[in-house]
Amino acid sequence: MELLLVLGLPLLGSILLALFGARRYAADLNAGMSLATLTAASLLVLRVIRYGPILVGHEQFFVDSFNVFLVALTAFVGFTTSLFSRPYMRIEEHHGRINPRRLRLYHSMYQLFMGAMLLALLTNNMGLLWVAMEAATLSTVLLVSLYRTRASLEAAWKYFILCGVGIAQALFGTILLYFAAEQTLGREGMTALLWTHLNAVKGQLEPRVLGLAFVFLLVGYGTKVGLAPLHNWLPDAHAEGPTPVSAVLSGLLLNVALYAVIRCKVLVEGSVGSLLPGRMLMTFGLLSAVLGAFFLWRQRDIKRLFGYSSIEHMGIITFAFGLGGPVANFAALLHMTVHSLTKSSIFFTAGHASQTAGTQQMDGIRGLLGISPTIGWGLMLGSIAILGMPPFGVFASEFLILTTAMREHPWSTPFLLIALGVAFAAIFSRVQPMVFGESDAPPLPHSPALLPVFIHLAMVLTLGIYMPPALAEWYRAAARLIG
Amino acid sequence: MTTPHLITQFLNLLAAGLLLISFAMLSRRRTQRLITLLAWQGVILFLSTCLVAHSSGLSELYYSAGLTLILKVIALPWILHRLIYQLGAQWDSEPLVNIPATMLVGLALVIFAFGLAQPISMLATTITRHTLGIALAVILLSFLMMITRRKAITQVIGFLAMENGLFFAATSATYGMPMVIELGIALDLLVGVFILGIFFFQIREQFESLDLHHLEALKED
Repeated sequence: MELLLVLGLPLLGSILLALFGARRYAADLNAGMSLATLTAASLLVLRVIRYGPILVGHEQFFVDSFNVFLVALTAFVGFTTSLFSRPYMRIEEHHGRINPRRLRLYHSMYQLFMGAMLLALLTNNMGLLWVAMEAATLSTVLLVSLYRTRASLEAAWKYFILCGVGIAQALFGTILLYFAAEQTLGREGMTALLWTHLNAVKGQLEPRVLGLAFVFLLVGYGTKVGLAPLHNWLPDAHAEGPTPVSAVLSGLLLNVALYAVIRCKVLVEGSVGSLLPGRMLMTFGLLSAVLGAFFLWRQRDIKRLFGYSSIEHMGIITFAFGLGGPVANFAALLHMTVHSLTKSSIFFTAGHASQTAGTQQMDGIRGLLGISPTIGWGLMLGSIAILGMPPFGVFASEFLILTTAMREHPWSTPFLLIALGVAFAAIFSRVQPMVFGESDAPPLPHSPALLPVFIHLAMVLTLGIYMPPALAEWYRAAARLIG
Repeated sequence: MTTPHLITQFLNLLAAGLLLISFAMLSRRRTQRLITLLAWQGVILFLSTCLVAHSSGLSELYYSAGLTLILKVIALPWILHRLIYQLGAQWDSEPLVNIPATMLVGLALVIFAFGLAQPISMLATTITRHTLGIALAVILLSFLMMITRRKAITQVIGFLAMENGLFFAATSATYGMPMVIELGIALDLLVGVFILGIFFFQIREQFESLDLHHLEALKED
């Protein structure tokens, strides 16, 4: 029941907003539908905590502790982003960058995107997972090109073609997976694509086919995670789309794509019986972390800067999943959570910062503290958090990942340290002049909603200082599932 | 009744046709011709799916074949034709870089695909197993086409041809995916082409051309 609501509400919201999305109250409706989805997701979480994993709808939907926490996170960030987008889009309208018709498209697609991601997380069917991932891409393509500028069209085109080709590889991987599973599970009852069934027989699946399938699945879904060298679409799409879209792309879509990779990894590792899938994740992860960090130096656009920072962090998370074992998986899940909360809050402040300055170029953004202390402090604290400074949760997860890497694969520590160090220097030296200094820019026409920023940062801080035992137990259970 | 052997022969013939069309696509300049070739690929997919359905006795494959006929032979080519007509691009052709070199790269890709598919084909029990290599080759050739072309529409045709290859892989290795999934894939594809249609107009409005070399401003400097 809760599950039906979680999936149905965004769909309903999308239809409603397609009809009424141009009205004045559309932004409130958007936030209301997101709140309803969040409520349904919370009920689902409570139910899973109380009664354990759920398998419903002819086994097509499956909820365990791994995906339920991502469902909660997705619904939560979806809701806070809709709160942020209310004044943000109003200011964009005021600046004449957008008209009511496009706002309708924006609101409707926003809800559809949420629905697609939640479907991808909740489905038990690997084929449906693919369909949902593709739907998530399609619903965001027109959002990236919402401003219809040359740059945004280019970014959206790149996003569509790269992710389209990527996801086609993932489809081939899924076909190979089905091919292997069909020989064990048979065609009858259509169980050969259901993750729970595959997981039960993963030891009997043909390892050669699954190994090949994993290569395709990793390349395919990895494109959407933004793993190097397939990351080209990510900074463009983040920089040129509207800021709420950058926030949900970075905070949520990357997580969902990584979730798909990890589900596949669990199956393949069980079949191949070797560490090969883990090693591949480690290689891609390290490469993305180091490359992402070095590209940070060359950025001039504030949203591109944080786009590259997302590549770096997804690299670190992928690396941690590749390490495997309870501690690294625990750290990776924690890092997924804190990265998604911190990065979305940074995009919120970065969006308002560039609205105030009238440009996304970092050279043009100065003296944020003077114009609006909340924006200035939000950006400063968010950057400190994402750089892994001690009291914040990012520090805890990065520390766990580093120590595990040192113990199990000492060769990888210098790379990780270089990535973290370079990222620190690059981001800090850019953010510092933007926050401090003098500026004569006028204040924004509508007061920004920065409450979500501080709620997110407070949560990240709490996770860094004190993790509730229930939550820790939850992460541990999820980490055990991944193996 | 036809013998299974004959059906296998015929399927191999169709697979060869599919591969041949992929090569033809690599060398065609005119956008309209490419769309026609894409529709022919759809016809081959339709025929092969019908044959597999007949020989395996799986009735759901007939639905899948029907879906292919409607979507890939009629709907998509029609939408693309209308699009290029509305954009006034029906006589467009594009200069190609060195066709012989592209062909040679294509040949290498085919050999690579066969090598990769060989061990997997051995495991398949379906009558169509030998065609898995061809399916993979079609996917790679379409990818090559997307890389070598500069026009937005041609890239999309390459993308659709890649999807055809994937569909062929699904029928040849596994007798097709479950129906729900195929419907989902078809829906995604259709929506994707619609979005691209909107996109073409936006791109042309902004750049007054569908040539993608305008879309190269976002680069790391």
